Amino acid sequence: MSKKSAKDTPREENPPVDAAVVPDGTGDATGKDTGAASPAPDGAATEATAGDGAGTPAAGATVTETPRASEPVAPPVLDKGENVLEVRDLVKHFPITQGIVLRRKVGAVQAVDGINLDLRRGETLGIVGESGCGKSTLAKLLIGLERPTSGTIKVRGQDLTELRGGDLLAARRNIQMVFQDPYTSLNPRMTVGDLIGEPFEIHTDVVPRQGRRQRVQELLDLVGLNPDHINRYPHQFSGGQRQRIGIARALALEPEVLLCDEPVSALDVSIQAQVINLLEKLQDELGLSYLFIAHDLSVVRHIADKLGVMYLGRVVEYGNAEEIYEAPTHPYTQALLSAVPVPDPKLRGMRDEIVLEGDVPSPANPPSGCRFRTRCWKAEDVCAEETPLLQVRENSRHASACHFAQKRDVVHGSA
Amino acid sequence: MSIVSRMKKQTAPSTSGRPEADSSAPLLEVENLQVEFRTRDGVAKAVNGVTFTLEAGRTRAILGESGSGKSVTAQAIMGILDSPPGYVTGGAVRHRGVDMLKLNREQRRLMRGSTVAMIFQDALSALNPVFTVGFQLGEMFRVHRGMSRKDARTKAIELLDLVRIPGAAQRVDDYPHQFSGGMRQRVMIAMALALDPEILIADEPTTALDVTVQAQIMKLLAELQQERSMGLLLITHDMGVVADVADDISVMYAGRVVEQAPVSEIYDAPAHPYTKSLLESIPRVDLRGQELSVIKGLPPTLTAMPPGCSFAPRCYMAREKCGQEAPPAFDVAADRISRCHYWDEVHPA
Amino acid sequence: MSESSPGGGAATKTSDPAFGEVPKAPTERARSLWSDAWRDLRRDPVFIIASLIVLAVISMVLFPSLWTSGDPRDCDLARARQKPSWDAPFGFSNLGCDYYAQAIYGAGPSIQVAVFATIGIAIVGTLFGVLSGFYGGLIDTVISRLVDVVAGLPFLLGAVVLLALMQSRSVWAIVFVLIALAWITLTRVIRGTVMTTKNMDYVAAARSLGASDRRIIFRHILPNAMAPGIVVLTIALGLFVSLEATLTFLGVGLRAPTVSWGVMIVQGQSHVLSGYPHLLLVPCMFLVTTVLGFILMGDALRDALDPKLR
Repeated sequence: MSKKSAKDTPREENPPVDAAVVPDGTGDATGKDTGAASPAPDGAATEATAGDGAGTPAAGATVTETPRASEPVAPPVLDKGENVLEVRDLVKHFPITQGIVLRRKVGAVQAVDGINLDLRRGETLGIVGESGCGKSTLAKLLIGLERPTSGTIKVRGQDLTELRGGDLLAARRNIQMVFQDPYTSLNPRMTVGDLIGEPFEIHTDVVPRQGRRQRVQELLDLVGLNPDHINRYPHQFSGGQRQRIGIARALALEPEVLLCDEPVSALDVSIQAQVINLLEKLQDELGLSYLFIAHDLSVVRHIADKLGVMYLGRVVEYGNAEEIYEAPTHPYTQALLSAVPVPDPKLRGMRDEIVLEGDVPSPANPPSGCRFRTRCWKAEDVCAEETPLLQVRENSRHASACHFAQKRDVVHGSA
Repeated sequence: MSIVSRMKKQTAPSTSGRPEADSSAPLLEVENLQVEFRTRDGVAKAVNGVTFTLEAGRTRAILGESGSGKSVTAQAIMGILDSPPGYVTGGAVRHRGVDMLKLNREQRRLMRGSTVAMIFQDALSALNPVFTVGFQLGEMFRVHRGMSRKDARTKAIELLDLVRIPGAAQRVDDYPHQFSGGMRQRVMIAMALALDPEILIADEPTTALDVTVQAQIMKLLAELQQERSMGLLLITHDMGVVADVADDISVMYAGRVVEQAPVSEIYDAPAHPYTKSLLESIPRVDLRGQELSVIKGLPPTLTAMPPGCSFAPRCYMAREKCGQEAPPAFDVAADRISRCHYWDEVHPA
Repeated sequence: MSESSPGGGAATKTSDPAFGEVPKAPTERARSLWSDAWRDLRRDPVFIIASLIVLAVISMVLFPSLWTSGDPRDCDLARARQKPSWDAPFGFSNLGCDYYAQAIYGAGPSIQVAVFATIGIAIVGTLFGVLSGFYGGLIDTVISRLVDVVAGLPFLLGAVVLLALMQSRSVWAIVFVLIALAWITLTRVIRGTVMTTKNMDYVAAARSLGASDRRIIFRHILPNAMAPGIVVLTIALGLFVSLEATLTFLGVGLRAPTVSWGVMIVQGQSHVLSGYPHLLLVPCMFLVTTVLGFILMGDALRDALDPKLR
């Protein structure tokens, strides 16, 4: 059960930086626009907690929890800036129970098993992996639809897993989600005005009642929809337009982090680019940070600054997106990237193709040691015995959880 | 489920009255195919004049977005169009010179599975959940070939082996839900190949699958096609998959084939603004920081088509003529057509 | 919080009270499940006939004087069993009462029973269905088992035994018994649709915004889960009309001097063989037409509201 302890050391180095940056960041947030932003006392309170949270408790907690991390992992420092989202040792195990009246636990699905992530202001972190890798559970944990088994989720220094009630509600404003399927994520019985205005009805202090309609229209305008369509129902819009409605709803509370769960995979090819470009535009204009969860590696490459590759509940490779795409070191990442078809027939047969055998093992009973070893062509005995830590390996600048990490270019053609 | 059971309901062959096949004619020749959907909102021309040929051992991709008519084309070729509301109103679908649209129901049914077979996107709903995979595969042989239960089972195991399902002899008694998504798609392929079809239609065969599984399935399909020199008709929206496996490509938009060409030519130098815009709008895994161009607007509603070129309202180079006159199929080169008045301006790129 | 009512009204409204201002007229008519259904229903002859029947019956209950100037209790033994005539289109009953007037006034208790029992199961069924489907777990187990137990009782036997025990023959007693035995149908339907709706992405989206259970139930789940329930309730209205007659016939329902179709059938059946079949046929005709009206209406609603047929 060695959790990827990770990041402790740098965390200890970071606090001064964080502390210095925090007030700055909040200033940014409130200054974003809308005269209707939350009243001063509230904002002040958030700042205070953010300041407290960012420093001591986090570092202390992680250090004590993982004392046997002999080789601490240095997270790839990509750029300077405040971490708006910090995930530490996040674990979610779903118990498998038997019996109706007397439930007893017979096992656990290890959906998410020790994940560490950092997201800075204005940055996009891509999370890729295939079905069953735990990325959807990760999204649910971050958005508060599931409670983690252990670990912390800090949004601007506030640990969401510790907050309750009103504090949690307020803290959640900072992280909002754009759902995958624009056809099922909008209540068909509500008008666009009701849908985008709902956040204001739940968080009543954000925009005063009489200003809400106008704010909704501003949001519609922001995402490129006609503000006059406020009384229409979702089914009067096309898929791409609905996804814009979903984005407007997620932006209503002016979050800093937008969690995008496969936001374009349900859309037609010619519509995808429209939505991707909108997301990029919004990021530039509003300074948003994106956590972009997807199985479409081409889209992620286009939009992500940083990348985390997940397999069976764990992150196997993490770091600068460009580096990982150009020179992945984990065999799974290599297989994943090489499987993505490239729309260029000239590269047919020229690329390094790795076709994996078999299926992903059940997360209820994952392999010991490295979870990928059962399908890995490099696997040796040590892979079953020792869990490879997610750390920077030789010849590479980003972290990889493989004992035999080695660079390999798989996306480009080689003559 | 219904489609598969319809495919399976074939009885002993009775070829009486069936026109003679001409083995020198192309394996599959679709000419000016027209399909209409008659709905409450009006008549939609879902397929409007699709023409192409498919030779043995070749792969033709039909590329299009939802509503472009690519799946309807496949269903019309297969003869499994939901009718009503769909009706084939014109054109011909010839297999070795025999127009399948002119055959009677019985003759048509006999061709399904043995001449033309199809695999679908959603393997789980295409397999019957209450029978074992082996039973469903064996049923094909028992019903069509009158085999005994035991022989049929042996054949079923052979087929599972053929599609590289590990431990076929054990897995033959499993139910569809006990297979993973990729393995289920393999079972579907096995079922489609059971009667040795000459033409295999794959309708978005990997859309529901993960990318590594997609790679496995596409590799398998390519190998099987080579081994049996089948004609493969690949219906997809994924330009990456097309580039990897197809020989020829037909790009469909709003019921029409707007461009048709050998695959390498189309990617190098598209001759229709739609194809060109599409290629520029998709992000690529091997390129960083490319600018994504956007195709403005939405595809037209098939019941209310714009006059002239159907792509004109979204086209970056549309002119007056485009809104008035529907472009005919221009011959760009041998084996290559484009339905754009100004194809020569797109073409050089 | 200004949550809208869970009923059908919520779906078609085009303005939002939350904006606290008079909304501008919508630029175009909004389409929704209910407005689409209404568009279909207006063109559906079955629905039109069914609603005409239902409207006629309702007007009989509310304004019987519109239909007849006679008084059902103005009986004169001298006119007993007189044949139909111009003044009394259905003749006179065994006790010399105007049979047409009785049939019109007889709608009252029959429909009352049906309407109150339907309101009752609407409340109980929705409540239990939502509790069971939304919260699941122990609550669901308890409610589901309770549903199974009630479903295991033969309906008529249960009703006869309960009414026999209660000794009361009032409209309310019958309403109570019908609710007690019939709530399970709606509970099952609502439970199922709530469980489906609860897993929709838009519910997850609302939850991720921090919406309360109350908001999620009233704003997101009920409006989307009610359509099948409304169909069940419409059909239940018809069934309850006939059940009232059945219970009355079995001697545990309403009794004279209350005038209801069931009472009329009980009294009329003894004179069929003595040459007065119309004394049975008239109330039966009213009963069957009414029941048919409600059931056809339910069927038409079901078709119009079924999104799969769109």
